[in-house]
This record gives sequence, structure tokens and C-alpha cells, in this order.
Amino acid sequence: MTKSVTLSVKDGKIREAVNSFLKELFNKKTIDAMLVPLAHPAGTNVVQALVTKAVFVDKADVFAPVMPVNSARLIQSITRLTTVDRKTAVVLRPCEMRALIELAKLKQVQLDKLVLIGIDCPGAYAVNNYPKFAAEKKSDDFVKAGFQWAEDTMLRTGCQICEYPYPLTADITIGMLGLDPSKQILIQANSAQGEEILSKAGMSLEIDSDLAQKRQTAITKFAGEIKERRKEFFEKTKREIGGIEKLSKVFAQCIKCQNCRQACPVCYCRECFFISPTFELDADRYLRQAEKKGALRMPSDTLLFHLTRMNHMGNSCVGCGACEEACPNDIPLLKIFQLAGSEVQELFSYVPGRSLEESLPATAFKEKEFEQIGEK
Amino acid sequence: MAETKEQFEPKIIGFLCNWCTGAASDLAGTTRAQYPPNVHPIRVMCSGTVDPVYMIKALLSGADSVMMGGCHPGDCHYVSGNYKARRRVAMLKQIFKSLGLDDNRVWARWISASEGPEFAKFMNQITEETRKQGPSSMANDWAI
Ligand code: SF4
Ligand code: SF4
Ligand code: FES
Repeated sequence: MTKSVTLSVKDGKIREAVNSFLKELFNKKTIDAMLVPLAHPAGTNVVQALVTKAVFVDKADVFAPVMPVNSARLIQSITRLTTVDRKTAVVLRPCEMRALIELAKLKQVQLDKLVLIGIDCPGAYAVNNYPKFAAEKKSDDFVKAGFQWAEDTMLRTGCQICEYPYPLTADITIGMLGLDPSKQILIQANSAQGEEILSKAGMSLEIDSDLAQKRQTAITKFAGEIKERRKEFFEKTKREIGGIEKLSKVFAQCIKCQNCRQACPVCYCRECFFISPTFELDADRYLRQAEKKGALRMPSDTLLFHLTRMNHMGNSCVGCGACEEACPNDIPLLKIFQLAGSEVQELFSYVPGRSLEESLPATAFKEKEFEQIGEK
Repeated sequence: MAETKEQFEPKIIGFLCNWCTGAASDLAGTTRAQYPPNVHPIRVMCSGTVDPVYMIKALLSGADSVMMGGCHPGDCHYVSGNYKARRRVAMLKQIFKSLGLDDNRVWARWISASEGPEFAKFMNQITEETRKQGPSSMANDWAI
């Protein structure tokens, strides 16, 4: 059963309609603050901002095709020391929402008093491609062109193969999939908190509206198609990067700056093992390592770093592509981490960010599983 | 490689749980069981303490195989360390498979403290199988 209201869009002004909805949440005092993407005055970026005054919501541009950072990281910083003490809505893309749920399981964010608002996501361009887009077009044009994950090759790789461009957990969803957003947008309540807020904002919720069903049908259809597309994509990726020689080639340009790890929303350790004293070797240890093969690549342990990261966070990889965006040398990290990530997730029938109740595979076990491992 | 397959002596790193597989190795020694010396043991307090980073590090720095030895499922001294270790090994093997790396070079075995002969048998098995596989290509690449 779905509970939703239909937001009518006047004169095809999608951004305006969404902003007035968001502003209404402030005006009706359903929330006190909001983390929401605002257009940067320079016109060349859209950045998350923590807003406490409703007028700033006029600058919001939630569908603009750019995602400078995965906002789960921002919420991690905000709630690092304490929970938020006022009702704060966070407007997130689906991959940000999923990362947030993973961080909550890892006890790295505190969700208390947060209101999760998720959008159906039409995708994003790289930060340095966005100014080109913004010079010619507006987010409304982008949304009106429809969901083009498979066709628009300028989209980030992660967006092109995104498995869940719709929120899996949200109090409120701003839905567009399967609809004509230049006319109508669906605001759906998915939790008691979501319902309470929408009612308080004066919206009367409809049960299983035609629009909600239409969106659901589109999601079901998409889910079937994307499986095939991802399968093909991963098969191609395996041909491109499979085996030690090709992997070695892919990471030949890695300078081990660890930007990828820093940008990854689910690389959760406060102090990474790779910057810990374990890797502060004295000269003799370096030389002894070099002796093993006669030469030691420096900085050392490049592939070790990536393979370890996959082992540590592969189950939680949400495919946001923040790693690839952060890489100064254009190493195609998204496809490598998503390939390995999605195959381990399949091994544990785990979908990162699907539900707070699902335990992280590394913290759980079953007595009867993987029984071929460790036996003759 | 100058070595031919027959001359090739595999280098294997074994992470052995102190309470079971490690104790089994002692027993194999005191009962003078014969087994090849290719496995270099590293004693750990429980298979559950072995982060895959160490297994990967061994493989990338010259080991031809790695193994994790723990207590039989249900018998872990710390209750469930080996169940978690088993998941980690499953995950590591899957990641290797996904990336086209040789996951057959990652081994696990549950051998209890009283299974000295089992331990010796397994040392033979892992050494011979690794010998058959030949030197690991991961072990030879300095540029990774
Ligand atoms: S961001 Fe790129 S260059 Fe830096 S460590 Fe990651 S893969 Fe290597
Ligand atoms: S590994 Fe890359 S794609 Fe996966 S969650 Fe981290 S930043 Fe996103
Ligand atoms: S104590 Fe032996 S595996 Fe845990």
C-alpha cells in the first residue's frame, strides 16, 4: 500500500514545484533545518548546504545533474559528535541514502531527528563536466529529457549502470519514474514520520493512487532491464581488467593518494589501516621487501590497498562512483569496485542500504553456509 | 622463471590458530610425522583475527599460496571466530574470482589440536597442489 500526494507542476517548471514543496515543509514548521543541494552562485556547481532559513530553499536544485560529494559523508560529519537536536530533513539521491543506511549500521552516523527525503534520480555528470551542461541547459531540461541512464554517455559511469535510481529507504520520496514530471510529481510517504510530516504540511494522502501505481510499474520494468545491462557491463569489465596483468595495468597510474578512499562514503574507518603505523616502515624493512622481488614499486602496496579496500567495504559499495570522481588519474574505479562489490553482495544475498535491519555480512554468520570452505 | 615446474618449491604462508591447527602442527612435530616444510606458519590467537589484508599481502609479496587454519566449525575457542573467518575467506575468494585472480591459491582448513596426522596430510596436499599450479603470477610482479 502506498500513501502519496500528487504535486502538480505549473508550466513545466519542475524545479519551482519541488522547491515550493520543500519550502512548505519549512513554512508549516514540520522541520527546522534541511540539508539540500543549492545552486552555487557561480553557476558552475550545485552543492549541499545545511539550511535553516526557508528563503534559501529557493536556490535548491535537487535534480541538477551533479553530485560533488556523496552526502552520506556530510551527515557523518554533522552527527559525528552528537545527534542533531532539531528536526532536520536531508534531501538525498538514492545512492547517498543507501550509503547513509550503511553508515548507520556501522554506527558512523546518528539518524535521530533526521527526516530522509529521497529523489528518483536521473543521474549526474562529473563535477568538471557540469559547467558545460549548466552553460546551456537547466535541470528542468535535463529532467524533461527523461531518464537516460543507458543513452547519455556523458553521465557518470555509476549512473549509467545504477541498479537503484529510486530510494529504497526514505521517509518521503519525490518520485518521477514512469511519470511526466513536466506535469506531475509524486510525493510519497513511506513511514509514519513521513506521513506525519506531509499531513502536518497540510497535504492529504491518497492510498494507492494511479500515479503511485504507474511509478511502481515503471520501477518493476526497470528492475528487469537493469539486471541484463549490468550483467553485460560486468562481463565486458572482466574482459577489460581481469587477471593480474590487466589489473596491474589499470593501476599502473595509481599514485596511492587515497583520494578514492577519502571520497568513498562507506569507507568508514576513522583512521585507515593504510595510514596507520603498520605502513610506517623503517628503511631496513623497505629494503627487505625490495629484496623479495628485486624491486619494490613506490609508493608500495598499491594493489594491496585496492584489494583490501574491496574486502573491507565491498559488501557496502553502493556504486555511487565517488571514488572514480576523486581519482586524479582517471582510473576506472567504479567498474572495478562495483564488479567485485556486486558479486560479493550476491554471495551474501545482501543489498547495501536496503534495510536498517539487515545485518552487515562481516558481522554475521550462519552455521550452515560455505561448507565447502575448510573441508577436504 | 629459471625454475622448472619440477624444481619449483612453493612458498606458502599459513595463518594457524593457536588452539587447534597450530597445536596440531606441534603434535605432528612431536609425533615425528613427515611433511614438507613449504608452509611458513604464523600463529594467531584465532582464525577470526586474520584480516584478509594479511593474506593478500602474502600473495602479493611472493607467496604462491596462503592458508588459514582454524578450529572445526562450532569448536572455536572464542565461539564464532572461525565462522566469521569462513565468511572472510569466502569473500576474498569471490573477489579474486571476480577480478580474474587465482582464488585456488587461497586455502582454509579446520584441523583440531588432536589431528596431528591430518595436519601432516594437509601440508602434503597444499604443497603438492601449489606445486602443480606453478609459481603464482601475482608473486612475480614487482610493479603492483
Ligand atoms: S584516487 Fe586514484 S590515484 Fe589516488 S589512490 Fe585512488 S586509484 Fe590511486
Ligand atoms: S567504492 Fe566507489 S562506488 Fe563504491 S561506495 Fe565507495 S565511492 Fe561509491
Ligand atoms: S580459536 Fe581456533 S578458530 Fe577461533
